[in-house]
Amino acid sequence: MSTQEQQQSTQNLTLVQAVRDGLHGEMERDDDVIVMGEDVGKNGGVFRATEGLWDDFGDDRVIDTPLAESGIAGTAVGMAAYGLKPVAEMQFSGFMYPAFDQIVSHAARLRNRSRGRYTASMVVRAPYGGGIRAPEHHSESKEAFYVHEPGLKVVIPSTPYDTKGLLAASIRDPDPVIFLEPKLIYRAFREEVPDDTYTVELGKAAVRREGTDISVFTWGAMTRPTLEAAEDLEEEGIDVEVVDLRTLSPMDTETIVESFKKTGRAAVVHEAPKTGGLAGEIIATIQEEALMYQEAPVERITGFDVPFPLYALEDYYLPEKARVADGIREAVEF
Amino acid sequence: MVTIDIKAESGQREMLRRMLTIRAFDTRAGELFADGELPGFVHLYIGEEAVGVGAISALEPDDYITSTHRGHGHCIAKGLDTYQMMAELYGKRDGYCNGKGGSMHIADVDAGMLGANGIVGAGPPLATGAALTASYKDEDRVALAFFGDGAVAQGQVHEGINLAATWDLPAIFVVENNHFGEATPVENQHNVEHLSATAEAYNIPGFTVDGMDVTAVYEAVEEARARAAAGDGPTFIEADTYRYKGHFEGDHEPYRTKDDIDDARERDAIDRFKTRLVDAGVITDAEFDDLEAEVEAEIDEATERAQDAEYPDPSEAYEDMFGAHVPEIEEFAARVRTDGGERQ
Repeated sequence: MSTQEQQQSTQNLTLVQAVRDGLHGEMERDDDVIVMGEDVGKNGGVFRATEGLWDDFGDDRVIDTPLAESGIAGTAVGMAAYGLKPVAEMQFSGFMYPAFDQIVSHAARLRNRSRGRYTASMVVRAPYGGGIRAPEHHSESKEAFYVHEPGLKVVIPSTPYDTKGLLAASIRDPDPVIFLEPKLIYRAFREEVPDDTYTVELGKAAVRREGTDISVFTWGAMTRPTLEAAEDLEEEGIDVEVVDLRTLSPMDTETIVESFKKTGRAAVVHEAPKTGGLAGEIIATIQEEALMYQEAPVERITGFDVPFPLYALEDYYLPEKARVADGIREAVEF
Repeated sequence: MVTIDIKAESGQREMLRRMLTIRAFDTRAGELFADGELPGFVHLYIGEEAVGVGAISALEPDDYITSTHRGHGHCIAKGLDTYQMMAELYGKRDGYCNGKGGSMHIADVDAGMLGANGIVGAGPPLATGAALTASYKDEDRVALAFFGDGAVAQGQVHEGINLAATWDLPAIFVVENNHFGEATPVENQHNVEHLSATAEAYNIPGFTVDGMDVTAVYEAVEEARARAAAGDGPTFIEADTYRYKGHFEGDHEPYRTKDDIDDARERDAIDRFKTRLVDAGVITDAEFDDLEAEVEAEIDEATERAQDAEYPDPSEAYEDMFGAHVPEIEEFAARVRTDGGERQ
């Protein structure tokens, strides 16, 4: 675990390659780590996130399952309770609903229900989010479902480096983690990623850009358009701080509040629908912890309250640079 | 009255035409996807035409079907319009879902088509519900669920079958065994040689038919429909078939060889049915060629019209969310109308 060494060797990886690299590293490190899911083995996964793992670790540790999300999740809970470290892939996060019962009723509650005697130390990985020209199940972002369930941790990376480190931390975590991978940026850009394994601590946000006028909280694929909007707004004299939450449960309220106290204004950008989305939770946190610092209503720049639309409407549904910039201006000019 | 009477020569020609239409439609859809014309994901039915056409032809026109993510063939066999289908694939307003559903969600309830389905295994319980409704209303209608071999691993498939069997509902369960659940061979997903063995657990008739023989599928479903309509409950039919294309367009198919596909093509459903009809004097080679050309022309026209059709307006995203008026949704719609044109 050489987290911050200067001399370590790196590879220039995309986000999805960092998933693969992270899985490989953890499987080498711990024989109890088992990857399972639909076509994750021989085929290497529909998004290639498990490519080559089957060749390196074989049938026993890279398990091709039937199309049976409930069975996959439930089996993973059983494996985890008996000491293995399953990393179950759901092919798309929209396919997770049959598995929802096992995740919510069992994975999330095993520790509490058994008063700490059993835990389900497992990871459920799924590509999530929109922007790939496919409707509904293939594009939606339902992170709030999982955040709402006590006992689950929810992680959404936005960079290749974080992906590998957060995935490793999730696998080593003693509790169940829902690890949602923004597939829009699976191959959008590359970053130097250390060859060695390392962890990025769960529950810690990253300030991607420091600013003094407004704090913008976001995660996953929305981080990039938010940063781009921040760059544009700099020319208008608006100094934007961008906070990438990275872990949505437990949420890093300390960083959120600290940033807000500095700027007094905020916006939240997420691609999930507005109502019941996590923007509301972040705003409530600000209200509770920093009300007297507040200078303007907090803007919610989000997807709309409709099923994720197809193709022609997708570009309107997803917050993009211009809409993010509009929302930020509104909060700043209030 | 069955949808298509297989005993009549005109019926046989119509079944051939529908199989050719499915192949032409999906061949075109594959080409358009490769050209970057079609968005999202496209799953093609090429190779499996005999299952959809054989099964649906033996139903009555008012009967219900539920479909799958590989649903274009079921739509065409059910008599849906190829232009409205193609428009939906393009995400255009004229499509069956007004451009909001795409390839995997085409539905036409009036035609008894309860929907393609992006979720593997979601259809059978819906068919059970439709069958229960027919039974409750004492209507002579049955519901047939198509699903793949991969779906047989899904719990909700079994829940749907168990309910229909226990309640003696007029349902028919047709598993299209194309030998791969996505990229995994059927033998690695199930512990039975024939998926029709599933029927035993529910104490309903179950059998395996040659799913690349349209007549065999027709006869099996004809019998199942008679049983369902008589109040004797559901039947489980496994149609042994093969998909010639990948799970989705763009699938690099490491799980099989070209020889495997060529072997399956030896039993091609269209070739076999054509030969049978030519031998029986129902159709000449020249008439077959004309039929193929007619079908091609239909798909050409459907494609051109779909390309020229309009996209839905962004504000239409908010239509059809609830039956009752929801003011908040109006606010959202107004916001999008203001934003209109700022797409990047």
